[in-house]
Amino acid sequence: MTAALALGDDALVLSHRLGEWAGHAPVLEEEVALANIALDLLGQARTLLSFVGDEDQLAYLREERAFRNVQLVEQPNGDFAHTIARQLYFSVYQHLLYEELAAGEGEFADLAAKAVKEVAYHRDHAEQWVLRLGDGTAESHERMQNALDALWRFTGELFEPVEGVDVDRHALRDRWLTAVSSVVERATLTLPTGPQSGAWTAGAGRQGLHTEPFGRMLAEMQHLHRSHPGASW
Amino acid sequence: MAAVTADQTTQGTAGTADDAEAERLAAFDAAVAADDRIEPRDWMPDAYRASLIRQMAQHAHSEIIGMQPEANWITRAPSLRRKAILMAKVQDEAGHGLYLYSAAETLGASREELLDKLHAGRQRYSSIFNYPTLTWADVGAIGWLVDGAAITNQVPLCRCSYGPYARAMVRVCKEESFHQRQGYELLLALSRGTPAQHEMAQDAVNRWWWPSLMMFGPPDDSSAHSAQSMAWKIKRHSNDELRRRFVDICVPQAEALGLTLPDPDIRWNEELGQHDYGAIDWTEFQEVLKGNGPCNEQRLTQRRTAHEEGAWVRDAAVAYAEKHAARPGSAGAAAQPVEATA
Amino acid sequence: MSSSTDWPLWEVFVRSRRGLSHTHAGSLHAPDAEMALRNARDLYTRRSEGVSLWVVPSTAITASSPDEKDSFFEPAGDKPYRHPTFYEIPEGVKHL
Repeated sequence: MTAALALGDDALVLSHRLGEWAGHAPVLEEEVALANIALDLLGQARTLLSFVGDEDQLAYLREERAFRNVQLVEQPNGDFAHTIARQLYFSVYQHLLYEELAAGEGEFADLAAKAVKEVAYHRDHAEQWVLRLGDGTAESHERMQNALDALWRFTGELFEPVEGVDVDRHALRDRWLTAVSSVVERATLTLPTGPQSGAWTAGAGRQGLHTEPFGRMLAEMQHLHRSHPGASW
Repeated sequence: MAAVTADQTTQGTAGTADDAEAERLAAFDAAVAADDRIEPRDWMPDAYRASLIRQMAQHAHSEIIGMQPEANWITRAPSLRRKAILMAKVQDEAGHGLYLYSAAETLGASREELLDKLHAGRQRYSSIFNYPTLTWADVGAIGWLVDGAAITNQVPLCRCSYGPYARAMVRVCKEESFHQRQGYELLLALSRGTPAQHEMAQDAVNRWWWPSLMMFGPPDDSSAHSAQSMAWKIKRHSNDELRRRFVDICVPQAEALGLTLPDPDIRWNEELGQHDYGAIDWTEFQEVLKGNGPCNEQRLTQRRTAHEEGAWVRDAAVAYAEKHAARPGSAGAAAQPVEATA
Repeated sequence: MSSSTDWPLWEVFVRSRRGLSHTHAGSLHAPDAEMALRNARDLYTRRSEGVSLWVVPSTAITASSPDEKDSFFEPAGDKPYRHPTFYEIPEGVKHL
């Protein structure tokens, strides 16, 4: 069940990161928007993890090296531009992927059909903000560009093969690149030119190799559950 | 905060202006007495307006500051089910803040202005949120006791004389109905759980009980705004009346939880048909109100920081809207309704 | 530094289901119409309250004044012949 774990962990981890915004968002309306996205993702994660086993055991009792999410989603929130860049890169990928899964006949077709509507909205939210930050003030333009550049090296991993996810990943990458380029261009920003992965990043998250901030994130997420073995909540 | 009194509105100059004013006041009083709603563009006494803005702002501020103690546990929620519930609840609080700021805006007080006052410490929020959430059980205690007290306070506000406030409160109360239940359910799971979980639940109830009782405000004989607010039907019941009602509700609920309320003086008063309860430490209340609670500084600092750090985002969106407003058919130029259909 | 420009206010109208008209739900702040729609979706329909949304800049609404209430609305009060119940029809006559 590598595929369910990979997709489930993506959703679980990104949801957690978005949950960290609660009480810190730049404007009240955005508190509501970010929470909506986090809740959608958490719902997807719970469904996907339940394909594999008990959702709480999987979320709270696995060690860092057993998580199969891409490194992109575990990256810290940074400023709002970093969060939006992460959202753009991931939601475009997730949207294109889920569209394909929904159209297919695999085990994820039903889940994907429901999730694709949610994800379309996440993608729209990210695109709207990339446009506004990119084509807003000089400061927001600079921050947005920095964020796109900083997270670029985590995007190659999205197109590494995942066992059980039956899609043409090269075609997926091409469509992703076209979609992201179009938004970036309209936002008067420049598509980063560096490598989309390094020796360390390529496919590493899918194999259980993560970045330092992830360990801290898990420590926080799991500590209470682990402090009371066997307890129910 | 300056005390606003009713007689500020009735001071007038001599002659016909005075008569017209008196006539309007009489019409206003009659409308309130008849349980008619006052709407934004109706004439109203200045003091009524000021009192409402103060109360709605304080209420809205409480919602958004109130996100913090609970958001403190989102990243540590011990199950995915609880995590989803908590996120949805904290999100609701942001939403409720929005409804209430909107209601205040109908009286000409902009949200920006109200937020500035909050950030400058010139407007208050409910003191209860100056207490810390130390354990997971605190999330449950807030749901059960703090939201419970808030609901007892708020349900009568759905019939408040000011239309937009009453309507906002109808929405808030409807959405909040799950808040208290989830807290109670959370505590029940702990109380029936391991000894360590049970102890965690009891400890949380011990710490939140008294502050929750204080949420109803000072005793009736020393409440600054009560009498006038009751006359205007901004407020429908006295502080002490609501407090006692709350105690009556909580006693059997605590029993069903298998937890004890930390007040040895709670006992049934046959004569009143209600519960008596012990003396409240109003010194503590005053201290927290003055800013000496455990988290006053922390809560306000986080709020200010979020606002200040978000300024560049808000500015960017305005700059973008201005750039694109000039283009025909673009969003910023919309003078007619924009529609989205699902 | 705090934001220099406050986002404008928008009024939100929600159609709760097909066949019903849009009803005023409340208001919110947004920098432009596109964001206003999205914020309205997040805020006013997160419990499935709607199938369609309108957002209107609050400044674009012209309201009747409460001071003109009498001249605006009272004249309609003495024209009962606009209502079907004004007319007497012999018993047993159908489809009227």
